[in-house]
Amino acid sequence: MYGFNESLDEAVVKPVATAYKESLPEIVQIGVRNFFSNLEDIFIGVNNLLQGKPVEAASDWTRVALNTVFGGVGLLDWASEIGLEKHNEDFGQTFGRWGVGDGPYLVWPVLGSSTLRDTAGRIIDIRVDPLRNHKPIATRNVLILTNGISRRAYLLDASRLLEEAALDKYVFQRDAHLQRRRSLIHDGSPPRESASGRPFSADAGVSPVPASSDSDVGQPRAALPPALATSVRGE
Amino acid sequence: MLSSFSRLFRMLAVGALSALASAAFAQQDTPPDVLVKNVTLEVIDIIAKDKEIQAGNQRKVVDLIEAKVLPHFNFTSMTRLAVATNWEKATPEQKKRLVEEFKTLLVRTYSSALSAYGDQRFDFRPLRMKPTDTDVTVQVRIIQKGAEPVNLDYDMEKAPSGWKAYDVRIGGVSLVANYRTEFANEVRTIGIDGLIKSLASKNKGQAARAEKK
Repeated sequence: MYGFNESLDEAVVKPVATAYKESLPEIVQIGVRNFFSNLEDIFIGVNNLLQGKPVEAASDWTRVALNTVFGGVGLLDWASEIGLEKHNEDFGQTFGRWGVGDGPYLVWPVLGSSTLRDTAGRIIDIRVDPLRNHKPIATRNVLILTNGISRRAYLLDASRLLEEAALDKYVFQRDAHLQRRRSLIHDGSPPRESASGRPFSADAGVSPVPASSDSDVGQPRAALPPALATSVRGE
Repeated sequence: MLSSFSRLFRMLAVGALSALASAAFAQQDTPPDVLVKNVTLEVIDIIAKDKEIQAGNQRKVVDLIEAKVLPHFNFTSMTRLAVATNWEKATPEQKKRLVEEFKTLLVRTYSSALSAYGDQRFDFRPLRMKPTDTDVTVQVRIIQKGAEPVNLDYDMEKAPSGWKAYDVRIGGVSLVANYRTEFANEVRTIGIDGLIKSLASKNKGQAARAEKK
């Protein structure tokens, strides 16, 4: 399946995404990303609530309200400008937070890397996705396709990096994916691993939410007013 | 490949930039968080001003990294952690070659990632540490428009010549840990010399591609 995805990407998806990236002004590409990102925020908030993080959920929904009303249906991301940071949540992460283990690693056609638990989460994500429930069907299809191309275009540099960094792309990608999911489930502060052990195989039974992970030193989760952080413009 | 795993690699691209950037003035008593901040800002500043780098001169980026960033990484530690249990089985000569080839691979990957650097802001988290600490994690967040911030964690250890990074975690993905399975697989099938050969040919391929550009 991995090979199939690679071939599909090489033959169709990557060329289309490259053309998209090279032909459209950057501001348009950002607008497209923001538009879809705004729709995602609705269920990111739901998942934060399900994970017992009402403050984050409120922040997510405030983002949706602000960006929809003042950001031209989400084309502009005003909320980030005023310090309401975007979060990354989905139903797979919520299950993980509740103590469900990864299960086996899976690669789906087109959708790519996943695990058994995340596949179950993904099914719910797709069910509730406002895009998939949009009518008429023709418009819906165009929206889904645009979102897909926009995402792939955003990742062009990154996928080139994967080519360059990995000895074995399949293994590199799998391990990175599993590490990434584990980090996301714990909102950036997973319990520390032993330095020499294999971190992934032991992961199948991610322990239930450690109460202490919420208070880990210095781990930012909620939006932090920019003034409190030493922010430096990196240009 | 539209999945979220891929998003990670975009972050890797963004993050690698400042990952390189663990360099600076080799002041022994510079606290690790200050070190990371200084080096990051210095490297970004050079890139922002250098027309040749912006035009895609890879050689210059590699030189920049070697001069500014490399001195602040402990590649021996990084390689030892990535090679894991097989490290003890390697001869001193093999260890030396492993470190060399792994270093080259990381530098090339980083320099390539630097070209993807765009409009990001860095949020340097103040580090709470005791004077007796010798192993710390310095946290940086990369803030980008239209996406959630990416955490960049540097695991650093205190050495006589100042603080040195021995792992970088980008969006929660440890570079060292990510190479561990790959390396273990290679050693199991073709041995330590085989792994060295794989790394070397990977590096040669990348060098050839960089020349063509």
